[in-house]
Formats: sequence, C-alpha cells, structure tokens
Amino acid sequence: MTRLLRPSLLLPLLALAALAAAPFLGFGDRFALTLLSRAMILGMAAVSLSLLVGGAGLASLGHAAMMGIGAYVVAALDLAGITEGAIAFPAAILAAAAFAGITGLVALRTSGVYFIMITLAFGQMLFFTLSALSALGGDDGYTLYGRNTFLGADILTPRLSFHFICLGLLAASWGLCAMLSRSRFGRVLRAARETPLRVEALGFSPFPYRLLAYVIAGGIAGLAGALLANAMEFVSPAVASWPRSAELLFMVVLGGVAQLPGALVGALAFVLLEEGLAHVMSAWKLVFGPLLVLAVIFLPGGLTGGLPWRRRKQERRADA
Amino acid sequence: MTASLLMLQLLNGLQLGILLFLVAAGLTLVFGVMDFINLAHGAQYMLGAYLAASIGGALGSFWLGLLAALPLSLAFGLALEWLVFRHLYARDHLAQVLATFGVILVIDEGVRQLWGSAPLNVPQPEGFSGGITLMAGLTYPSFRLAIIVAGLAVAALMWLVVERSRLGMLIRAGASNAPMVRALGVDTGRLFLGVIGVGAMLAGFAGAMAGPVFAVVPGMGDQVLILAFVVIVIGGIGSIRGAFIAALAVGLVESLGRAMMPELMRLFLDAAPARQAGAAVASMLVYAVMAAVLAWRPAGLFPAARA
Amino acid sequence: MDRRSFLGAGASLLAMPAIIPAARAQSAAVKVAFVATLSGPAAALGVQLRDGWAAGVKHLGGKLGGLPVETLVIDDELKPETALTRVRAALDRDKVDFVVGVVFSNMLQAIFRPVTENETFLVTANAGPSTYAGRGCSPYFFTTAYQNDQPHATMGQVAQDFGYKRVFVLVPNYQAGKDAAAGFRSRFKGEVVDEVYVPLNQLDFANEVAKIAALKPDAVFTFMPGGLGVALVRQYRQAGLADIPFLSTFTVDEATLPAQREAALGFYTAATWAPDFANAQSQRFVQDFMADYNYVPGNYAAQAYDAASMIDSAVKAVGGKLSDKAGLRAAMEKADFTSLRGNFRVGRNHYPVQDFYLCKVVQRPDGKFATSTVRKVLSDDVDPYAGECRMRAT
Repeated sequence: MTRLLRPSLLLPLLALAALAAAPFLGFGDRFALTLLSRAMILGMAAVSLSLLVGGAGLASLGHAAMMGIGAYVVAALDLAGITEGAIAFPAAILAAAAFAGITGLVALRTSGVYFIMITLAFGQMLFFTLSALSALGGDDGYTLYGRNTFLGADILTPRLSFHFICLGLLAASWGLCAMLSRSRFGRVLRAARETPLRVEALGFSPFPYRLLAYVIAGGIAGLAGALLANAMEFVSPAVASWPRSAELLFMVVLGGVAQLPGALVGALAFVLLEEGLAHVMSAWKLVFGPLLVLAVIFLPGGLTGGLPWRRRKQERRADA
Repeated sequence: MTASLLMLQLLNGLQLGILLFLVAAGLTLVFGVMDFINLAHGAQYMLGAYLAASIGGALGSFWLGLLAALPLSLAFGLALEWLVFRHLYARDHLAQVLATFGVILVIDEGVRQLWGSAPLNVPQPEGFSGGITLMAGLTYPSFRLAIIVAGLAVAALMWLVVERSRLGMLIRAGASNAPMVRALGVDTGRLFLGVIGVGAMLAGFAGAMAGPVFAVVPGMGDQVLILAFVVIVIGGIGSIRGAFIAALAVGLVESLGRAMMPELMRLFLDAAPARQAGAAVASMLVYAVMAAVLAWRPAGLFPAARA
Repeated sequence: MDRRSFLGAGASLLAMPAIIPAARAQSAAVKVAFVATLSGPAAALGVQLRDGWAAGVKHLGGKLGGLPVETLVIDDELKPETALTRVRAALDRDKVDFVVGVVFSNMLQAIFRPVTENETFLVTANAGPSTYAGRGCSPYFFTTAYQNDQPHATMGQVAQDFGYKRVFVLVPNYQAGKDAAAGFRSRFKGEVVDEVYVPLNQLDFANEVAKIAALKPDAVFTFMPGGLGVALVRQYRQAGLADIPFLSTFTVDEATLPAQREAALGFYTAATWAPDFANAQSQRFVQDFMADYNYVPGNYAAQAYDAASMIDSAVKAVGGKLSDKAGLRAAMEKADFTSLRGNFRVGRNHYPVQDFYLCKVVQRPDGKFATSTVRKVLSDDVDPYAGECRMRAT
C-alpha cells in the first residue's frame, strides 16, 4: 500500500481516477469526452514511447508512424468491408509491431541524435506513402462511416462506453509498460543505457532487448492509432506526420522522462493546455511556446519529477 | 532526356545543395561545437528572409536589405542565447529539442502577427536581374549563380577558420573538452556566444539569399529545417566537410530523383500511376538515402572525433 | 425600455403564447463557427476567407436576417484532429447554428460528419470536393464556392478554345492536384506532352522549368496554391519562359499576387469572380473591403461574402426561427440574395450553378496587382456529380 503513495505513482493514479470520474463531474458532454478521449489515446502512445525514452534511452521521432499504421489498418479493413474490431484491432497492433520490427533492425544500429533522425526518416517515408494511397483518399484522408464493432456489439459508439474503453486500454498499456520496466528485461534496458560497456562485458547484447522494447512500444502505439481512427471516424496522413511524433516526445519530456507514468500526465497537460489556450486566444502559441521553454528550464524532471517532495527524496536516496 | 537537360538538372541539384549547406552550416557548427540542438535554426532562417525582404522592400534595394538583416539576425541570435539557450547547454538533447521547439512557436506566431499571413514580396537583387542562356529558350538566372558563389565562399571561409586558425583550434578544443580549455585561461562562455552568433547569422544569411528564389511565407523554416538536419546527420554531426558533401548529395538526390523517378517507374507501371508513384518515391528518396547511410555508417559519413 | 420589459409588453399585447418563443428567438443571436486555416504557409487563403465573411456581415449591419451575429473564428491549423476537436467544441459547448468557411477539402472531410449529423448547417466558402457533390450529398451541406473540378475544367476549355495542341501539365502530388489534372483533361482534347507531379514540400522548380523549356509546349497548365505558386511563378518568369502561355488555377490570385507582383503579369487563371466585376454590389464590396483591410479581395473573400448573404436570406425567410431547419434549408436552396457574381443559383446537390471566367493578372491604377476578367468561358455550369445526388428530406 505504501508503494501506491509514492508521489510519482500518486499523481498518475489521481489522473486515472480523475479520468474515470470526469464524465460524472460535469465533463460528460460530447465535447469534453472527445477531448478527454483524444488525450487518453495520445497518452497511450506517449506511455509506450516513454518505455523507449526513459527505459532504453531511445528517443524516437517516428513514433507517430506506428499510430498511423494502426489507424490506416482500420481504414483499409473498413474499405474492404471489415468493421469487426476483433479483427481490426489485433491487425493494427500486429502491423505496427511488424513495422517497428523491420525498421528497428536498421534504426537500432544507431544511437543518440542519429537514432532520432533515422526514426524520423522512417516516419517520413511512411507519411509520404500514406499520402500517395489514392484508394484511401490520399492526403484528403478517408472517412469511416461508423466505428468498429466487437463481435457484432457496437460498444465503441456510445460515448461513455468509448470513454471507459480508452481509459481501460490506457491503464492496461501503462500496466504492461510498468511491469516490463520493473522486470529483468527493463533492468537490462536501463543498464544498457547507463553503462553500455559494463553490460556488454557481462556478455549481454542489448540489441535484442532494445528491439523487443521497440516492437512492443510500436504495437501499443498501433493500438492507440486504431482507437484514434475510431474516435475521429476519419484517418488522414496527418496522424503519422513528424510534428505529431514531436508532440508525443514532448508529452514524455513534459511529464518527466524518469517516470513511466509521467507520459500520461504530460499527455493530459499538453492536450488540455493547448485546447484551453486556443479557446481563449487565437495567438495561443505566443503563450504556449514560452510555457514550454519555462517548463524545460525550471522543471528539469518534468511535471512528475519536479515536485519538491520528490526531489528531496531523490536527494535522500543519493545520500544513502 | 537530352544531355543538356541532364547537365542542367545536375546544376540545379548542385545549387539546391549549396543553399542547403548554407542552412546546415550554422546548425552543424553549433551542434558540433556545443553539443546543442537548436530546432529554432529554421525559424531564424525564416526571420532572416522576412527581415531582408521587408527592409529591402522599404529601402528599395535587395542588397541593403541583406546587409541590414545580418546584424539583426546576429542580435536576435544573441538575445535567444541569453534568454533561453544558455540555460540548456548542460541538459540532454531532448530538453534542448523541447525548449527550442517552444522558441519556434513564438517566432512563427510573432512573424505572423508582425508581417501577416500573406507571402511577402521580395525585391529582385539589383545587378542580377538577367541571366545566362544554358539551353535554347531557357535562361539560368544569374542570382542563382550568386548563391552558388556565396555558398562556396562560406564553405571555404568556415573551413579555413575552423581547421586552420587559432580561433578554430580553440573552438575545436572547447568542443571536445571545455573544462580543460577554461583551465587554460580561455573564456569559453564568450567563445560559445561567438559560435551561436555566427550560427544565427548564417541562418539569417541563408534565409535572405533564398528569398528572391523561393517564397517568403509563414512556416517556410520548418521544411528547410528537416532537410538541414538530414544533411548534417548524413555528413556526421559537427563536421563542416561532411555537411558540405552531404548537402550536395542531398541536393542532387532531390533534384535528380524528381527528374528520373517517374521515368524509372514507367518500367513497372502505366504512365499515369507511374508519374504519381514516381513523385511519391521522389519525395521520400532523401529519407531513404539517410536511412541507408546510417544503416551503413551509424554516425554519418564523417563522424567528428569527440572526447 | 429595456429588452425584458419590451418583450413582456409585446407578449401581453399580443396575448398569444405561441408568439413568445418566436419573440425570444428573435432576440437571440445567430451563432456561427467560422473555420479557416489561419496559420502555416497557406494562411493567406484563410485570412481572405475570414475577412470576406466579416465584410459581408458588416454590409448587413452586423446582423444576419435581423439577428445579431456572434462569429467564433476557428483556426484549423491545417490539422484534421485540431479542426475536429475545435468544431466539436463549437457544436457542443457553444451550440452554434452554422459552421461556415473551410479552405481545404481535407479539413472539410474531417468535420463533415460531426457537423451534418448534428443537423447543423455547414456552408463552405471554398472547399467543394466531389465526395459531397454526388452520392454523398447532404441536406445540411451547402457551398457558395464551386465543385473543385470546375475551375480546372474551365481552363481545359480555355486551352481548347485557344486551339493549343500540346500542353504541359504541372500539379502537386496530392489529391487536389490529381483532381486538377483530371479536371483539365476533361475538357482539353489536345495532347498533354507531359504531366508532372511534384511533391508538396518542393522548394525549387528549376527542374520542371527546364523540362518545360526543353519540350516547348503551346501552353502550360498548372495548379500550385499558396507558397508553391509564388516560387513557381517567380522562377518561370526568371527563366524567361513567360512567352509560353501560363494557364493556371489558384496559382495567381489575390492571396499570392502581393508576393508575385510583376512576375505574374499576363498570366491566366480561372475564377468565378474577379474584383473588376461591374455589378454594383461587387463594386461596393471591393471598395469597402479595401478601405477596411488594405488589400485586394479575391475569390475566397467574395465566396465568404456570399455565404454571409446566403445565410442572411435564409434566416430572414424563417423569420429568425433558427430551429426551423426545413425552412432554412428551403430558403438557402432558393438563394434569394444578390450574389457578387451576379448569376448564381443553388443546384440540387447544394453546389452552385454559375458562370466561370477566364481572368488575367493586371496592375491596378493604385499600383496593386489583381485579376481581371477576360471573358466568360462556361455558362450556368453544373458540376459533373450533381446527377448522382439523391438529396434526402431534412
């Protein structure tokens, strides 16, 4: 129980609880739910990216490509007349994981900034491919006339039901990533990031571990993409554009790289702040930009890492 | 395709490459020397174009506009260093990317508020209105030749300063071991400030030179920024020589890819889909080249030696 | 007398309960969400659209059909998700009565279903894709612009009329570019010597310009909106190709001419309207618009102005009763207003039936650059998809 009270865990748990309660606290109208589901879906992708960035030190600038694949698998199946989610969702996850596996084989040979750029390159290639898919509307995008059903049941369409499905999948993704990063697998990843020489001297090759992490993160992002396609009832190459990848990265950094659930907090903060500011003023970027800069300079550990009590605890740990 | 057309396309690729080098040079210098990723470099390029175009338009002379844009770009770069960048040197790349992205948002929006959303008129450079005839019925604008000359001059100058001068030695030493250089009594803070200033001026210069050829519109920096990053990554971060060679390579790939791909695709497809597929492949060609280079040499073509 | 006591007096005077809601409705405002792309390289088009709408509302005394207007300007940032989120906010939170504007087809695709399924009227002032002109037509969707194929087809007709045999086609490689090439071919029967698709992120046209010089076509047809058009026109002129007729759509217009200036002189474009239209309404619009915004309005602004007029006529027809959707729809179908374009009616698929003109870039006496009408090319043109539309009842 004391584990649950750890601040880095407390904040995201509060966030999840708030998301669960939101529809009953006056945020149950369609707009609020649209916004929240968007934040949750992006949060899912951000959590999976956090597994890469925080866990393995792999800052990918092509994570939106995995979302794009997930979304386009849903669209392509819709075009073929298949609207069964029990087919579409696993297919989206597998396709995104496969894309991650193939590109990861090449990308993981590099590191640091080179990794950022090579993942960007793969993302851009996918983006231009999607833009050229005339059958799915090219860059005009493809409208889904209805959401996926599950075993014939229309559970994604009712707003409240969709809200809780997003929430459940978000919590599950977080749980999976948290379990992985706590396991031996996660320890190898972290060790390979922090002391690569020592790990190799011990006879570990970090490559297969990194590849597996990359594939899992890709699969989760693919699931997020499939959900996004259902939420928007529309897909377009913009899902896979590089600014979206950058946004995901920012959510992770904003929330705090060191803690996995930081990504969730970062995603919520990012989406709600952006829409809130844009609603108040048209030149919202003039406020949002400096806020980003200030957050980076004054909250080096992100939103979850920058809490004063957390910092004290880290210092104590360092002393010990 | 005739031989003269092919030659012309090679020349076009070369010229695009040199323009990319002008943008990438400042980026790779700052990145290589200070290990600092400045995403706002593209926005500074845009600002240079806007300043040169509007001042040049007001004074009725492109060259006066260019002259005025340089010190203003420098001043803006130094102000950014003082306000934002210096707080980020000790931080990891991700933090730098995030903060400088925030700077992009501010500059983009600021430019929109100041100059409006419409594309800006750029005065034609005096003395370079004409051109030379390279092929029947086609004039090659002499201003494009001026861009080539300017790019080569910048490349030569940078090479001389960085590789051959005492200042360059200090810069390289500061890059690989700043505390040691400080201990030897060199003010590394001022050194780094100088590097940032030069980087900002190079970005502004590139923007101002691109103005008469391309469109001066909001967001023009973002697109160039990505290509510039591709260039410095292929070249090996921090290497001026690498950036130069990679810029030319990217320019040629862009240019020839666009020209040849549709023809190449016709070997497999009908005419109409071949054209569209060719264009789609052409637009991702530079990224494919980058992925291939990094798969082969994970730290670029000319990895700069780092401590 | 304040408003409440006035209402009270009116109600007791008439003593008819049924009047009260109507009276309330009349005191309410028309809420409009105006969606446009206002940031990024294409923002100039969105600004024209927004200012045209504001000019229209101003001419109507700040009212639509006698009701005060509240316009909520939404920047879609050319991102489908952003467009969708903000439009949904306007529908659910602000309860708007109309969604107007929309520059690009892909933004329209993103918001179309949420708006029309909410039974809110969607009146676009620029985007008119084929998707919603045929089988996908909707009783809640109107456009005051055109079906996207029509301007390109107009240019095809022009090339045919001029007797050109060999035309070089240059378009960006995206859906609208492909549609443009197809639209042009639909009326041009000569030879297309080459059809070049350039990436949307292209900076430099040097290669394409060289290809044109090598092929020596009778004319060039191109569709290069925004910044692409600025770069192309400048480089075309610099390369000395201006002797080859430049037939274009959305490449030289009032949104880009301030940057293209002399380089675009004499270049052709196809349009539904130009600032030199002779009718009184149009002249008054151009004069007042330039006084307020200090630039020349283009097609975009004129179409948004007409959207304001159209909604005004509809709200007037139902006596301000905005809940009367069937009445509003019927009134908009009648198009009982004076369009800046003169000849304008609404077709069965809610796309306009109108004339298309060949226009040419000229320098105005005040030194600014604008398009000027050369001649009418197509009369009462109905888009090719209208026949497939089976309009549902509201």
